[in-house]
Amino acid sequence: MSQMLLEIRNATKVYMQRGMGGGKHEVVALQDFNLNIPTSPASIITIAGESGSGKTTLAQVVLGFTRLTSGEIIFEGQDMSQADGKQMKAYRREVQAVFQDPFGVYNPFYRVEHVFDTVIGNFDLSSNKSESRDMIEEALNIVGLHGEDVLRKYPHQLSGGQRQRIMMARAYMVKPKLIVADEPVSMVDASLRASILDVMMRLKEEMGISFLYITHDLSTAYQIGDKIYILYQGTIAERGNTISVIDAPHHPYVQLLVDSVPVPDPDIHWEGEIILPPEEEMRTSISSGCRFYARCPKHFDRCLTAQPPLYPVGDQGHEASCYLYDEKAVALEAKPL
Amino acid sequence: METTDSSRSSPAAVLVAPARVNKRMGRFNRWDTPWLNSKLIIGVAIISAILFVGIFGRLFWNTDLAFTGSSPLNLPPVGVTNTLTKQVGTWEHPFGTENSGRDMLALMILGAPNSFLVGVIAASIGMSVGIFLGFSAGFIGGRVDDVIRVFSDVTITIPALMVLIVIQSVLRQIDLTTMALLIALFAWPSPTRLIRSQVLTMRESGYVQMAKLSGASTFSIMFREIMPNLIPYLFASFIGNATGAILAAVGLETLGLGPQRVPTLGGTIYFALNSAALLRNMWWWWGLPTLLLAIMFIGLLLINLGLDEVANPRLRQSSQ
Amino acid sequence: MTEVKRNPIPVLRVRDLKIYYETPKGDVLAVDGVDFELFEGETLGLVGESGCGKSTTAMGILQLITPPGRIVDGEVLLEGHDLLKMPEESLRALRWLKLALIPQGAMNSLNPTMRVSDQIKDVIIAHEGRAAKKGIKERILELLSMVGLPGRVYDMYPHELSGGMKQRACIAMAIALNPTVIIADESTSALDVVVQRVVAQTMLKVKQMLGVSMIMIGHDMGLMAQMVDRIAVMYAGKIVEIAPVREMFRDPKHPYSQLLIESVPSLKERKPLKITEGITHDPRNPPPGCIFQLRCPFVMDRCRVEPPPMIEVKPGQQVACYLYEPTEDGSFAHVADVAGNP
Repeated sequence: MSQMLLEIRNATKVYMQRGMGGGKHEVVALQDFNLNIPTSPASIITIAGESGSGKTTLAQVVLGFTRLTSGEIIFEGQDMSQADGKQMKAYRREVQAVFQDPFGVYNPFYRVEHVFDTVIGNFDLSSNKSESRDMIEEALNIVGLHGEDVLRKYPHQLSGGQRQRIMMARAYMVKPKLIVADEPVSMVDASLRASILDVMMRLKEEMGISFLYITHDLSTAYQIGDKIYILYQGTIAERGNTISVIDAPHHPYVQLLVDSVPVPDPDIHWEGEIILPPEEEMRTSISSGCRFYARCPKHFDRCLTAQPPLYPVGDQGHEASCYLYDEKAVALEAKPL
Repeated sequence: METTDSSRSSPAAVLVAPARVNKRMGRFNRWDTPWLNSKLIIGVAIISAILFVGIFGRLFWNTDLAFTGSSPLNLPPVGVTNTLTKQVGTWEHPFGTENSGRDMLALMILGAPNSFLVGVIAASIGMSVGIFLGFSAGFIGGRVDDVIRVFSDVTITIPALMVLIVIQSVLRQIDLTTMALLIALFAWPSPTRLIRSQVLTMRESGYVQMAKLSGASTFSIMFREIMPNLIPYLFASFIGNATGAILAAVGLETLGLGPQRVPTLGGTIYFALNSAALLRNMWWWWGLPTLLLAIMFIGLLLINLGLDEVANPRLRQSSQ
Repeated sequence: MTEVKRNPIPVLRVRDLKIYYETPKGDVLAVDGVDFELFEGETLGLVGESGCGKSTTAMGILQLITPPGRIVDGEVLLEGHDLLKMPEESLRALRWLKLALIPQGAMNSLNPTMRVSDQIKDVIIAHEGRAAKKGIKERILELLSMVGLPGRVYDMYPHELSGGMKQRACIAMAIALNPTVIIADESTSALDVVVQRVVAQTMLKVKQMLGVSMIMIGHDMGLMAQMVDRIAVMYAGKIVEIAPVREMFRDPKHPYSQLLIESVPSLKERKPLKITEGITHDPRNPPPGCIFQLRCPFVMDRCRVEPPPMIEVKPGQQVACYLYEPTEDGSFAHVADVAGNP
């Protein structure tokens, strides 16, 4: 138990959505999701997926902004899914976040320093002014900035990259054990992304802070991530070490996904054409069985029976949720009937 | 370590540029541009001028002249002749007098601040209630929100003036404050709705989530994160409410349902109409208070439009 | 992506285009002297980060700049006719007929209360007159099948379509009148990777079938590599380098292009992260000299004095940088220094 920093067990989140005709229907954002983050060594765990895969719901749930429909979120042995206000405040000293929109997270009314003052004030991080000033300066230096350049400015006077790095500094200042980074680079210009990814790497390596890195972009995950979970419509399609999953994807969806990332080389082209069944594009997927069924080029009857469990497909916990890798069944099928 | 070096090796370039930018930006901090739009400035100038005369006018003009019989009757303004009585206007009563010998200038000096007083009292009460209910509805949500929303929606459909006429005709003798309180009964729903909707939007904003992550309490999120951003909306709503309250008050006074003991602009118009000022060609009697009210409302409208521009940046661009 | 036999006569020619936005604190130089040509049947990529003026350039070509923006100077020659001097009347006709736009968020550019087919119909009839009504259904069905949409879409409303399908419906609309030039403004960037691939492949196919010229605006270098023939890199309102796509990816010349290419994350290998300072100047008041000087690792004294001209380093590859100024013996003056002294 004490080995795990964060354990997510059978997390399920169902939203009620009002349909066009006024009727309600359920949207399953996350279904029986399991995830473990070890206490040490610190690691960057990537949650990757398309829009609607449930990755943002996961971030909201881990941060305690929304509650699970069922399941547990266990942080250092304590279930946080039903935490009260006081427990939640203590939890937030350990789990911080950086969000996608580097502008919206700043209150336009205040100067940048307000962000730091709020944290210091609420968590009683320092006892006097000069101590807090040193803390802020140290945190800013970690992300390659200086207080005198940024603190007295208003957020709109800084670039997106700077704003995002300040958010990293803010999260770091709390000295959390885990930072949930929800698409931290997707709204930052390409040439400045590296500086944010670099901060994440350094915080992991030098400060021992783990990251839950939520993204739709496999290539940045490939650059910095340790473990990866690829989600498809609220379930895990494949998980394992980032490099082995992306180098050798097993789940048909993950294969399609990896294959579709445009290669920054004019001489390597997409191979073949894919045709998406329009029904699938519109996400009217079946409720029982594999959610990728309609889109899967390799589907067979068994896929409709139940959501496939995770089958091992490689070493170090590389697993894919696909019946193709059910060795028992494969063995059975090999036998003539 | 190379990374920190690369960001440190360029401070020469880094520092030169932002320093220059900073100086320019410093001048244009957030209070500058949006708040200094011409509508707001002209509106504030008009209202301040009227208030100034209302407050300091009594130092330069004998306001005892507003009492019945303190001056000659039916005197026209300077440079005008009363067509019926053939009286000629004098500088002793530059705006003329009415038929019971009250000086028009004194009436207006006393009447204008009274109108504002009603507006400010009613709007302040409406606003405070609105802030309380709006925040409660937006933050607590659920049942509380439903109840508040239904109540404010219902109240907003009640024709306030009609109800006020009924109440006041029952009460008959009332003073300014009572009238303001009565008007305030109908002044809270619109700020409530405005604040509720803004709170609901801001509650989902990134900076509120950040504040939550920073361990901020609900109370501090309301007042430190959300409230400051509501300021332009609050101002605009306050002015709108005050305008409505003044309008309601003037309406009641003109119907003779206002306070009888203190001079008010609407009351003056009521007396003028009651004493057949129209037939007697004494246009200054009803005309001057009407003109003053018109200027007042134009001033308030300009302030409201100006504040709208502050609150909605989109309007700002199109006006430039 | 096809090997283009380049027609020497450009279809579209943009000369010294300047578009400024008025603000209370002075004009923002959104596009400040952009020059380029678009040849027949070619796809030109216009890349750069947000705010570099790439979308504004597109809107300028289409003459869709609205106040507070204004076109200050320049020429936009479509088959020899200057669009900037044309009356609004003839421009409107030209806009679909010759110049089509596939906008950024397709979801928002379709009218939600009209069937997709009716919207395409409107476009055709508005430009070709009532006579076009005959056989229009077949024509629309053909357009839909060209972009890979099933015939049922004919009777559907936009809300019944997914994002990728809407985007493809927009492509169908854009090609309905067989335009000479299609401008695609970030038309796939809001889509998921797989859907993005489908839409991008649709665009490639359509382009090949019709042989139209295309300007693709975007920020995703990977996508650019897959889609375009030439790339123009924009920075702060100016084009800093134009090159055939292979040259751009193999051997980018301008320090900013180099940075852009290097910062494309790869799925093939882990690269060390390349960190740069993102200091930009005030867009109202660009510094004298090169616009990239504040971020350039190779900045020299003269970069701060005079803006570098476009220098042709290879056939078809032009770069605005003093590093590549030829000396008498034909070599580049500063490249050696830079290589020896990083």
